[in-house]
Amino acid sequence: MLLIQCPYCGERPEIEFSYGGQAHLARPAHPADLSDDEWAAYLYLRDNPRGLHAERWRHVRGCGRFFNALRDTTTDRFAGTYETGESAP
Amino acid sequence: MKLWKDLAQELNYNVMYSPRGVMMLAHNVHDAQMLKRILHANRANGVDNEWLEPAQAKAFCPPLNIATDIRYPVLGATLQRRGGTARHDAVAWGYARAADALGVDILENCEVTDMRRDAGGAIEALETTRGLIRTRKVGVVAAGNSSVVMRMAGIRLPLESYPLQALVSEPVKPVFPCVVMSNAIHAYISQSDKGELVIGAGTDSYTSYTQRGALHVDLHTLEAICELFPCFRRLRMLRNWGGIVDVTPDRSPVIGMTPVPGLFVNCGWGTGGFKATPGSAHVFAWTMAKGEPHPIAAPFSLERFRDGRLIDEAAAAGVAH
Repeated sequence: MLLIQCPYCGERPEIEFSYGGQAHLARPAHPADLSDDEWAAYLYLRDNPRGLHAERWRHVRGCGRFFNALRDTTTDRFAGTYETGESAP
Repeated sequence: MKLWKDLAQELNYNVMYSPRGVMMLAHNVHDAQMLKRILHANRANGVDNEWLEPAQAKAFCPPLNIATDIRYPVLGATLQRRGGTARHDAVAWGYARAADALGVDILENCEVTDMRRDAGGAIEALETTRGLIRTRKVGVVAAGNSSVVMRMAGIRLPLESYPLQALVSEPVKPVFPCVVMSNAIHAYISQSDKGELVIGAGTDSYTSYTQRGALHVDLHTLEAICELFPCFRRLRMLRNWGGIVDVTPDRSPVIGMTPVPGLFVNCGWGTGGFKATPGSAHVFAWTMAKGEPHPIAAPFSLERFRDGRLIDEAAAAGVAH
């Protein structure tokens, strides 16, 4: 089980959190202007990298807040967590 | 399923295929309704499936606990008598030997490091750790690493890779006659010919390539197993492991062409790819040989995500994800 550093509450066990997928995916400002390919890319395509991955977590059984984390998907080690709206460290 | 029946004969290799029956349990009214819907959909398409009341389910699988006072009582089950198990190693070995006999070169321990494309963008060659392979056609079947391999050709896929865990118990005498699955409380169990109980747990919640998983995922499944089969409570587990599965947004696989000429992909099988081995190999080989999608594979294209023709058939895969 992962030990996750919530930026607001500190280190807590993984079962207090829910995973929110790849971070920094901004909903396009004008979806109607996009081509089908661009809209499908926003909805479905993911980086799914081997290595560092910026991802969203929510401390759902704690403070309830969303935050972002940088984790290595080959070791599951966190390089750090940061607040929503900040860029990855 | 019909391909499995004669697979051992065709490969001249015992894949230990055993159509011993697959039972899916219902624990609440919604489970029962969904399973009956699937049962009728199966029957309407000529696939056998039947409904069992709890007592009938226990008659088919005597270790099953059908007490009404457990946390998630068994309200009934569907049974596909032709479903069953096969030894996955034997399937891989049998296919490898049969392919080798037909003249296929299998290069082991040979990692693809890059894909070369010509001026028009078409596939030209593969760079590997053991040298260059010139080819105009490449089929990528890389399971959990599909995203990693396809990125070499500049393609992003609608995939996320998760560790899926399984575990086996110490071997015991034959005690478990069939396969039992419960989607609601997340358990898979059958007994191998060696006597080990083979137990399937879930995926971790986060993407990972670590090939291990968190213990709480296994415990969740073992709690369900212990409640459904109290006779296994004192059994020890021998080992557990995690395999990386690539999951699509609609939980259906992708089989077909890609935007890169000469590049084909067969991926996104998620947690349920093994049972489709002969079928998916057949339609994928056809697609690669003819350069156009096989009629069965055609709806499972990459374009379905662009065109909004998603295939919401998680039940067809018989898995809970």
